[in-house]
Amino acid sequence: MNDTNKNNTVLRFLTCGSVDDGKSTLIGRLLFDTKTILTDTLSQIEKSSKKRGMSAIDLSLITDGLQAEREQGITIDVAYRYFSTGTRKYIIADAPGHEQYTRNMVTAASTSQLAIILIDARKGILTQTKRHSFLTKLVGIKHIVIAVNKMDLIEYDQEKYQSICDDYKIFASAIQLDQPGTKIQFIPMSALNGDMIVDRGSMIDWYKGPTLLEVLENLDTREDIKESALRLPIQYVCRPRDSDNKELHDFRAFMGRIESGLLQVNDKIKVLPSNQESTIKEIRIGDKILKKGIFEESVTVSLHDEIDVSRGDMLVHAHDELRSTKGFTAKVCWLSETNLSTNRTYLIMHTSRTSKAKIASINSKININSLALEEANDLKTNDIADVTFKLAQPLIVDKYANNRGTGAFIIIDESTFHTVGAGMIESIDK
Amino acid sequence: MKEKISHLDWLESEAIHIMREVAGQCANPVLLFSGGKDSLCLLRIAEKAFRPGRFPFPLMHIDTGHNYPEVINFRDKKANELGERLIVSSLEDSMKKGTIVLKQDDEPRNKYQSITLLEAIEEHEFDCCIGGARRDEEKARAKERIMSFRDEFGQWDPKNQRPELWNLYNAKVHRGENIRAFPISNWTEMDVWQYIEREELELPSIYFAHKRDIVKRSGAIVPITNVTPVRPGEVVENITVRFRTVGDITCTAPVISEADTVEKIIMETASTVITERGETRLDDQVSEASMEQRKKEGYF
Ligand SMILES: Nc1nc2c(ncn2[C@@H]2O[C@H](COP(=O)(O)OP(=O)(O)O)[C@@H](O)[C@H]2O)c(=O)[nH]1
Repeated sequence: MNDTNKNNTVLRFLTCGSVDDGKSTLIGRLLFDTKTILTDTLSQIEKSSKKRGMSAIDLSLITDGLQAEREQGITIDVAYRYFSTGTRKYIIADAPGHEQYTRNMVTAASTSQLAIILIDARKGILTQTKRHSFLTKLVGIKHIVIAVNKMDLIEYDQEKYQSICDDYKIFASAIQLDQPGTKIQFIPMSALNGDMIVDRGSMIDWYKGPTLLEVLENLDTREDIKESALRLPIQYVCRPRDSDNKELHDFRAFMGRIESGLLQVNDKIKVLPSNQESTIKEIRIGDKILKKGIFEESVTVSLHDEIDVSRGDMLVHAHDELRSTKGFTAKVCWLSETNLSTNRTYLIMHTSRTSKAKIASINSKININSLALEEANDLKTNDIADVTFKLAQPLIVDKYANNRGTGAFIIIDESTFHTVGAGMIESIDK
Repeated sequence: MKEKISHLDWLESEAIHIMREVAGQCANPVLLFSGGKDSLCLLRIAEKAFRPGRFPFPLMHIDTGHNYPEVINFRDKKANELGERLIVSSLEDSMKKGTIVLKQDDEPRNKYQSITLLEAIEEHEFDCCIGGARRDEEKARAKERIMSFRDEFGQWDPKNQRPELWNLYNAKVHRGENIRAFPISNWTEMDVWQYIEREELELPSIYFAHKRDIVKRSGAIVPITNVTPVRPGEVVENITVRFRTVGDITCTAPVISEADTVEKIIMETASTVITERGETRLDDQVSEASMEQRKKEGYF
């Protein structure tokens, strides 16, 4: 279904599962049954399948990536896949399992609106399933599909399926995943045979719910732009200083992507952290003059007053009570092979602003298997902890639960410049 | 009031955001411009990101010297229209300096582009190159970052890439290191064509169906030019073809097609059964992992 529909919207999702649950087969099936896989790719897969001594086409090879991992037979990094139907463009973040699981999954989840959690129907809920569910909640994903796969290996047994769903519901309520606003859906399937993925198949007639693709197609991805507060971090200031062109001589425009909410011409706004106020004179994208800009649009705006605005500032509505802060507490996922050192200074990159930061305290660490809180003095790769930061420069932040765009940050090592951590803000110092 | 922007608007907005991050974070970026359709999308995105101001970077073409004249003329015209600076770094200069030594005169030159690119990066002290690569083009790209880190030798190490979360892009580098930024990473070939149609972007004429002298050589259609002459025993045919990618003449093959408008190309792309690179890049087919190898050596 290589569509030509120009009014598609985008849906980003990730797939998570333990090794051999059928994640690669599921993605291969989605791409294959929506006709996204093209014939030269298929012939390569056929060749590879034969090399490995398999007779039928192994759909999981579609998602196989780089040489190094092919040699080791494992996948080590997040890969992105694309397919499109008549109504939607999909971006799949494929997060592989193994040692780096937490780090990969947090990365894949950070840009996703939906998570597919695979369960092997023979095995039911495993420690990994709990881990995936916890991470999904941590990164704030509101749509969860529990894909009970390999139904063919349990004779498509409805009772066994039902008991897996029941077990999961108990677990979900124990970790408070089943909050209002979060939707959990269950689908029995066989990725291998293609049952309940794109086609219904004929083996699971007792299941009356939607197929996986129907869930994806029908998900409401729209944002309530009036309900959410305007957040426009400024990335770049445009000053043409064109002395030949009178109109452009004093022209200044502020450029950035709207992280949430709605911006309209004549709106009263203020610039943080300076608190100077003005009104919106013009909103545009390229040559197109707009009456409003909404969530996810990259706009160019000009103001009625000449006030000082630079990269890293944020435009919000004038009545907004948001203020900048020099400290906050956040859930941190440590990504680096080098441990966090509480003695060091790090850089925090948040929207378009970067500040030096010190670790005030590591409050606790989460045992990802038992989900119990533990004491901690340092952080190593894949650890998730509650950390309080002190900032050198003020940042303009929201709680992650209220705003993913302005509640998230990354931690950068000052000397190597590597990205070493990812953070989600939970409470803000006054 | 619930709203969501369309997929083309979303992709465009993401790309604008990435370009502005490059402009905000990097001291001396450059946009790689070949005259091809992907880099023409980048130019339109740059206009939307920075006008009415100037682009905060020059354009640069890595010229293999084996180009279709239509593409080179178009490249120069486009840079002129935009009023932006165009740097042309040519493989022939590297050959004169002796840093590129061809094994054979007529050998495909794509693989040598990385040498000239790295020399240009060093000469101009660029800390970031913006390119039009997409993740759907080839397997080795599926895991590519939007801001991809290269060491002092221009090498890409798949194991040493920075995790990329949300829309927070870390483009910080030390002197000599380099970021390759790919604003249209998340676009597919179909998205590119739809964008070209919507924005009414002008393209070099060879993208559209035209008559051309070709020979059929081991399954591929080879255009007959002064650098790809007809071989003894081959029969030259004059047929209607178009190019899906435009690069070095010696490694870019056309496809048989009657599509002479963007709309027709979109219809053809929608029903096509062969991926873009598999069909038209003669140099990728050598090995499944050849692209990955070249990326490690500093190619895009
Ligand atoms: N019988 C059966 N086998 C499956 C199903 N889905 C996947 N498999 C097989 O399970 C194995 C692991 O699948 P794969 O997709 O590679 O798992 P991954 O490690 O999660 O990516 C492969 O041999 C698949 O063919 C299914 O629905 N039914």
